[in-house]
Order: sequence, then C-alpha cells, then structure tokens
Amino acid sequence: MYDFNYHRPHSVADAVKLFRQSDDAMYLAGGHTLIPSMKVRLRAPTDLIDLAAIPGLDGISEESGNLVIGAFTRHDAVATSEVVRRAIPALNILAGGIGDAQVRNRGTIGGSVANNDPAADYPAALLALNATVRTDRREISAAEFSTGMFETALEEDEMIQSIAFPLVEAATYVKFPNPASRYAMVGVFMVRQGGEVRVAITGAASGVFRCTDMETALAADFSASALENIKLDVHAMNDDMHASAEYRAHLCVVMAKQALSKFS
Amino acid sequence: MVQQSIGESVLRKEDQRFITGRGRYTDDINLRGQAYAAFVRAPMAHAHIRKIDVSAAMAAAEVISVLTGEQVAEDGLGALPCGWMVHSKDGSEMKQPAHPVLAATRVNYAGEPIAIVVANTLKAARNAAELVEIEYEEIDAVIDPRLARTSPAIHEDAPANTSYNWELGDKSATLAAIESAAHVTRISLVNNRLIPNAIEPRAAVADFNPGTDELTLYTTSQNPHLVRLIFSAFVQLAPEHKIRIIAPDVGGGFGSKIFVYSEETALSWASMKLGIPIKWTAERSESFLADAHGRDHVTEAALGLDAEGKFVGLHVSTIANVGAYLSTFASSVPTYLYGTLLAGQYKTPNIYVEVDAVFTNSAPVDAYRGAGRPEATFLLERIVETAARELNIDPVELRRRNFIQPADFPYQTPVALEYDIGDYEASLSRALEIADYAGFPARKQASIALGRKRGIGFSCYIEACGLAPSQVAGSLGAGVGLWESGEVRVNPTGNVTVLTGSHSHGQGHETTFAQLVASKFGISVDDVDVVHGDTGKMDFGMGTYGSRSLAVGGSALSSASDKVIAKGKKIAAHLMKGDADEIDFDDGEFRLRESNQSKTFQEIAFAAYVPHDYPLEELEPGLTEKAFYDPKNFTYPAGTHICEVEIDPETGIVDIVKFTAVDDFGTIINPMIVEGQVHGGIAQGIGQALLEQCRYDEAGQLQTGSYMDYCMPRADDLPSFDVDVTSTPCTHNPVGAKGCGEAGAIGSPPAVINAITDAIGIMDIEMPATSERVWQAIRQAEGR
Ligand SMILES: Cc1cc2nc3c(=O)[nH]c(=O)nc-3n(C[C@H](O)[C@H](O)[C@H](O)COP(=O)(O)OP(=O)(O)OC[C@H]3O[C@@H](n4cnc5c(N)ncnc54)[C@H](O)[C@@H]3O)c2cc1C
Repeated sequence: MYDFNYHRPHSVADAVKLFRQSDDAMYLAGGHTLIPSMKVRLRAPTDLIDLAAIPGLDGISEESGNLVIGAFTRHDAVATSEVVRRAIPALNILAGGIGDAQVRNRGTIGGSVANNDPAADYPAALLALNATVRTDRREISAAEFSTGMFETALEEDEMIQSIAFPLVEAATYVKFPNPASRYAMVGVFMVRQGGEVRVAITGAASGVFRCTDMETALAADFSASALENIKLDVHAMNDDMHASAEYRAHLCVVMAKQALSKFS
Repeated sequence: MVQQSIGESVLRKEDQRFITGRGRYTDDINLRGQAYAAFVRAPMAHAHIRKIDVSAAMAAAEVISVLTGEQVAEDGLGALPCGWMVHSKDGSEMKQPAHPVLAATRVNYAGEPIAIVVANTLKAARNAAELVEIEYEEIDAVIDPRLARTSPAIHEDAPANTSYNWELGDKSATLAAIESAAHVTRISLVNNRLIPNAIEPRAAVADFNPGTDELTLYTTSQNPHLVRLIFSAFVQLAPEHKIRIIAPDVGGGFGSKIFVYSEETALSWASMKLGIPIKWTAERSESFLADAHGRDHVTEAALGLDAEGKFVGLHVSTIANVGAYLSTFASSVPTYLYGTLLAGQYKTPNIYVEVDAVFTNSAPVDAYRGAGRPEATFLLERIVETAARELNIDPVELRRRNFIQPADFPYQTPVALEYDIGDYEASLSRALEIADYAGFPARKQASIALGRKRGIGFSCYIEACGLAPSQVAGSLGAGVGLWESGEVRVNPTGNVTVLTGSHSHGQGHETTFAQLVASKFGISVDDVDVVHGDTGKMDFGMGTYGSRSLAVGGSALSSASDKVIAKGKKIAAHLMKGDADEIDFDDGEFRLRESNQSKTFQEIAFAAYVPHDYPLEELEPGLTEKAFYDPKNFTYPAGTHICEVEIDPETGIVDIVKFTAVDDFGTIINPMIVEGQVHGGIAQGIGQALLEQCRYDEAGQLQTGSYMDYCMPRADDLPSFDVDVTSTPCTHNPVGAKGCGEAGAIGSPPAVINAITDAIGIMDIEMPATSERVWQAIRQAEGR
C-alpha cells in the first residue's frame, strides 16, 4: 500500500469538499473492495475520505412506496433487517449471500453499487426493482446507472447517499456462486409486479442486464415451461477459466427456473 | 495425576497456546534493529535479463541495500541443490540445471526472485523494489508439459527440457503379459497441478552476529537441520556449526516448507553481508507464485487382465512437470515415491513404469501432501475401476480377486518394495459396511426418482511411509540418511523433556510424543514436554514429511525411553540391593522381583541427579538418553475410501452425500489426532478432485494467483466424514505405527472421480470435476 492522506468528515458537504481539494481522492466505505486493491497496489489514491462518521448515511426505512437503504448500510444490516423482510425479503436473501460474515459486517450497499463489479449481487436487484440511486446532487435510475464493467454514471466526486427500491408484489434472488470467489457466476433477480415480470442477471456478462426474452415469456405464462425455449446469446456471456459462455448461458435459465420456483 | 496412555484421545497440549493467540510464529519474532526485505520478482515467465539498474532503488529513502545475482556470484555462493540423484534409463545422471539463489542472466518462471531490497521499514523496501529497473528480452514460454520435450530448451544443459527419463520394472515381461492378456484396459489421465496454500505463508528472520560469526535463521521449515546442512554444505553460506535454524510454531506445510528456497537463502546471505537482522514474510500472492507446487502429471497406462479378471501386467508412461528448476526433493517424487507404489494392494505380477521429468517455465514442483503416492493411487484406482466397468464385474469383486492376501506377507512387489503386513479385505469389508454398499441400489433409485444421478466410487490405496531405511534410500539416490533422532531427558524431579528431530507444524507431536513417552514411564502426559524445531537444541533431525514422524521419530523416542528404563533398573538394583535383571519396571515403578521393595520413577530420577547413594564406579550420574532410529523398511498404511455422490444434472453440481474412510495405520497413539489428520487429508483430496487447479496461461502468467481464482475446499463443500480404522501393527518398528498424515489426500481423489463417473455412466472425467465439466459430461453421455 502506498501512503495516502486519511480524512474523516462529518457531513456530506465536507466530504465532497475534501474530495475536490485533493489530488486523487476516493471515498472509503466498508473498504472490502478498495483496501485489498490498495494493498496489491492496483489503486493508489492520494486521499481517502472515510464516510463512516457522516451521520444519516446508514439506515433502512420505508418511505412512500419505497424501501430506502442508506449508502453506508452494511450487508449484514440488510440481511437481518425486519423492515427489509416486510418490504422486499429478496433483499435479505441477497445481502445474506454476499461473501462471508466478515465481509457482510464491513461491506456496504453504497460501496457495492458504486463499485459495480460485474459479478456483484446488488446490481441485479437495482435493475430488476427499478431502483433509484440518490446522490448528493441528483437521482439516477438503475437503468441509467450502470454504464459498463466497473463503470457507472456517477461523476468523479459524486457520492451515493441512499438507494430507493420501489415496493413490489413479489421478488426473489437466486445465485450460482463462483466456487472460488463466491461472487455470482450467475445471479438472477426476478420481480413480479402486476402483469409485468422483470429479470435482471448479474455475473453472466460484462455487466448486469435485463433479460427481455424471459420477461416477455414469463409475463405471458409465469411458469417454468415458459423458460423451456429461452436461449441466451452465448456471445454476450463471459467466458473465462471459471465457466464457459455456454455454461453461463445455460445457468441463466436454470437459475431463472429456480427463482421462479420460489414464488408461492 | 492423570495418566493418559497410548490409544487415548488426549486433548492437544499445543492447542491452549494456539487458540488463545499465544503461538509464536516466525512473523511474531521481532529483533532489535531489524530491517525488512522485499523481493523483486520476474514479471514474466521466460526472458533474458539484459540489464539490472538498482541505482534509483539504492537512493530511495530508508533503503539499506539492494542485492542481485551478480553479488551472489561474487560471493561464490552455490546453487540450490536437489537432494536426490535419479538416473535415466541409459544410466546417465539426471540433468540438474543450476537453481540460482537470485536470477542473474535469465528468468525461468513468473515470480522468480531477482533482487532483494533491504530497508529500515517494510514499506520502504517494497517501494524501492518498484524502483529496480530491469531490461528483459522475452523468450517464448514452455508451459504445457506435453510439449516440453519438443520445445526449445529452457536450460542449455537439459536438452529436450528433460531432466531424466527413468524406468522401473521389467518392460519386456510386462509388455508380453499385456500382449497375451484376455482383456486390456487403457486410460490416459492428468493429475492436476495444485498450489499448497499452508495457512501461514513462508516467513523468515535472519540474524547474523558479526561478533560470533553465527547466523541464526528463524524460519517456517518442516526440517530445520536440513536447511542448516544445505546452507553449509551446498550453498556454502557458513560452516554448519556457525548456523542455527529455528523453526518455531509453523502453521501448516503440506510439503511446501520442506524445501530450501531462494528467499530464505538470500535473506540469510543479506543478513551476513550487512550484519543486521532482516525479516521477510511472504504475501499470499508470493506464496501462490513461488511456493513449490504439487502433482502435475500426464499419464498413459494399460492394465492387462486374464480371463478370470486377474491382473497380469501394468504398463505406465508418465510425463512429470518439475517446473523451472529441480527443487529440493523434486526428483524423488515422480520416481521412488510414485513408480514403487504401482502394485497398490494387488498381486500384479508384471509392472513397468517410465517417467520423463520435464522442465517448463512454471514454479518448481515438489512434494505436496502424499507426494507421488496420490498420483500412483489415482492412476491405479482409476484403471482398476475402468477395467471393472469394461468387464462388467463389480468393482469391489474385481479388487478382491486381486488383493494380496494376509498369508502373502511379507510380499515382494515387482516394483522394489516389500510390504511387511496388511489386511486389505478387513478395511474393505468394514468400509462397505459403514457405507452401506448393500443399500446403494435403493438409494440410487430414490435419487433417480428425484431427477438426480447417484454414484458410488471406491479406492483401495496403499502408501509407503516412514521414510526411510537409509541404505535403501542411499542406493536409490538419496543424498541424505533418513533416520530420526530422539532424546529423553528425565529431570531430577521426575518430569521429562523430550527432544525430537521431527517437526510439528500442525500434526500434534507435542501431544502424541508426550503420550508415547509418558506411557513408557507410567507418568502423566502433563509431565512430558516435547521440544522440536531448533538445531541449537537437538542433535540432528531429518524433519517431518512422508508421514514419518511417529514411525521413525517416535521409534527413536521409544528406543531412548528404553535406554532410560534400562539405566533406571541399574540404579534401582543398587538402591534395593538386587541385580538389574531382577528389576521389573511397570506402571511407573521399579520392583525388585520376589520382594516387596519398589522405587518410583521419580525416586530413581532424583537418585540419578543426587548420586549420594549411587554406583558411581559403574554408572554415570544423570538420566538422559538419546537414540538415532533408522527404519528397517518403509511402513505401509493402507485402506479403503468409498465416496457416494448425488449430482444435479441441470447444474452439474456434485454433492458428496457420504464419504467413508477405513484406514489401517497400525498402532494408534491418539485416535482424535489421527482422525483429524484423516479429515484434513480427505478435504485436500476432495479439493483436488472437485475444486483446485493451478493454471498458467500460454505466456506463463499464473492465472490462479489469489483465492478469487484458486478454489480451496471450504467446510460447506464437504460432507461429514465416516472414519474408522482397522489395525495390523507395523512389524519392524517398536511403536507399531505406520503413519497417517497423507492417507486422506492419497486415497480420496480416485474415490470421488470413480463415484462421479459411476453416477453419469461414463469412463472418465478430468480433475477437478467442476460443475461445468460434470454438466458437459452429462450432456455428452446423453447425446444432447
Ligand atoms: C472476500 C470477499 C467476498 C465478497 N463476496 C461478494 C459477493 O459474494 N457478492 C458481492 O456482491 N460482493 C462481494 N464482495 C464485495 C463486497 O460486497 C464489498 O464490500 C463491496 O463490493 C464494496 O463495498 P464496500 O463498502 O466495502 O466499499 P469500498 O471498498 O469502501 O469502496 C468500493 C468503491 O466504492 C466507492 N464508494 C464507496 N462508497 C461510496 C459512496 N457512498 N458513494 C460513491 N462511491 C462510493 C469507493 O470509492 C470505491 O471505489 C466481497 C468482498 C470480499 C472481500
């Protein structure tokens, strides 16, 4: 790890100000992505701006049809939250399946969303639930938020303050973990709302995506047989030493079927 | 006083300090004025070094020195040796290209150390390491062992990238037997390359004292005396009596900490050159790159069977990847620890094995838990299973037909070893009972009804442990003797300090050896302490590997204890006015036969050190005895592993629903520790079978250089194991123990693969049998 300046501001405004005053700053949340990459010297920010002391950045609440989760809320808090269980229990499942207990006790939703790892779990929930990313300066819809692998619509100094998930009738998340890292090799977040079905898939491609073929088929017939003939575009899938594109494409359908079986 | 003896599951004495964070590992050691080292490593697998410029690094803040291979050469240091000479078929010696302490003119694997940077702080050392400027001229890398022999030579003195082509057994008789066999089963297989991953990475603190010319090295070693020997006799760092190697608490080794590596050697040399203590602790990514890897075989084999299903001949051709250089024991692993094991539990009359050891641009490959024996067992138990399927004979029945029978012992195999004892039917039938083989067809039907596939797989393994009779090892090329030393010091108050040349890095010697000695003397295990891992304390030691510690090191302690008892009898005879041969020693008391007189062990110890009433004219005072034990033969642990799997055909996920291991380890001192060793071994074996794979890309970059990509087995990947033992005590050592440390890793992989292929109804699947490979195999089998 290279040397850096450490800041611990007490307000969002101060944090953003510090960011702008520094050479090459980064926000620090749970540090479970950022610190390891600094340790192997892949990242070398001059200034780390720790968000831990900013009041109000964490917390979970239900507000006017939305489940709102503060950016600094740890994965474990989401996994075990009663508010979440009443609103969108699929998010309990998702957060409870991230990493291990140590990771869940440190990692935050804001850090995960900002990082936009193509194999991370939360991005699937954001996209399928039509969530809104609330920052210090605006609101960004999930559809516009992810702009590629580890890329987002966030400006350099923009800070996520919370994520708002609209409440839905039913939702579930099923993940096929990469056996080594336990990130998603394929993760399927499925939402049913009115006549509409939304399916977002993470891990399988270079970024999270909506599978419109599945959505259309399931909107017409919400049963496993509707998925029988769905074939994902193999060329759009990741192909690496952990899984071929062909296997990932196949797993998308299998995980979707498993997700479907979880709807009562 | 609690008296805990042989056969009791005494809780591990060492665990109190480990679980309360009071262990003392190498990285816990900090010396006054200590500097820190960082290594500059090759960023690519194969290149000429055209120029090394250390000036910027030298000029950086807090930097003390930057040393390269050029200075190593100036100081006349030797190369790192390989300690086992193997001869090729034509009688020529193996090719052993120089393994430099620091690469000077050429790098041969990604991660190879080139320079050592010493600075006042770790951060400064690492920062300065980035400032060392090196000009490389890249060369195409040789990665695939199958292509090594036809690729340009990595080392000038090893044409065709071959170290040796070795053979064992009667080739023409074997070929003739296979030729005339009623049935021949042929297989080709890969034994996947593994990275050891001890929980504690390698670490060292080198401390040279210019006042006494003494070098002390604290290091993560499984065999500190061997490090001292190589440092003095081969690398020529310092004379042997001026070197002290201390291996304190060590967090796992699995073989990877047997070897003498560049880093510890360079660190010691730098400490001597600079006259200061220096510390280095590997980062995990350095462990992935530069710890010796394991396995990595490509094999073709043929097994001939007669009309009754009796094996008539086994022919094996193997390419063994040794990596870029021959590591400390690399040459012995795919030869004398592999070819000699190919008889297994069977009476195959003709066996021939040939092995080409090839160099590639990858990290050196050496012994890893099991070392050669897992490769032999995997091959044999896969080909036997395949033969059973081809001939439509129950795989259990085929094995039984070919077993060496209890009456056949001692049994001379066609591949050099003579098994002293065993009872293979006993472990097999016990395992079948525990695994409920009879109930398997019903369970299979139940799985099928749920849309799942179920299979059962067997592995009847043997291993050769207790390395090794020195004269046998010497005649086969070993550069060292393979005895063990032990010392038993009875203190004046009657408690005992035991010194052993074995080294414990997780095995629980402090408990097992204490039980062994305590039971000899009829005292409590709490009154026996075991000291190990310091060349300054014990006479000498060959260390711990090859499941040898109890069989060889324990035998030395047993002999030394017997000497203590013999001397105690003489003292007791004097005190009770009898003759030494009239004294019986039992349960902690020396009794004069046909009298009511007795002396306790403690009374005799006291008399030995306070010799007021003592036969000083015949006997020296004190009660300390030593023994060096050289085994008469190897020991032959054996057993049966049975694996039952259920497979989800949609995902290819393999669920190990039941795993049974019944092992014959001879006499068992502490069943809990033995069971723990078996559990750990099976976990590693299942890791190899299902999850672990070291991968390099074509350019020789390590692709599995972190836990994000290298998959270690975790608790939720494993079932609860059903473990039991049978026992035929070893006939030739005083303890009767055979060794248990590696059996799990040796026996389990073929059982898993046999179960998976049985479930799918196919003949073969490559390790690791990942869910994707299994899914693909199912699709292929079903013609989808
Ligand atoms: C062993 C391990 C296993 C893991 N397994 C999984 C898994 O299974 N699934 C999964 O999804 N993830 C997994 N993760 C990742 C984990 O969830 C991380 O915690 C998460 O990706 C990053 O969150 P963080 O709070 O740690 O962020 P940090 O590491 O602190 O920051 C990550 C990035 O986000 C930026 N950032 C942080 N907060 C904000 C904010 N409020 N506004 C703007 N930018 C911000 C930082 O500047 C940085 O660039 C794993 C991590 C580890 C170490």
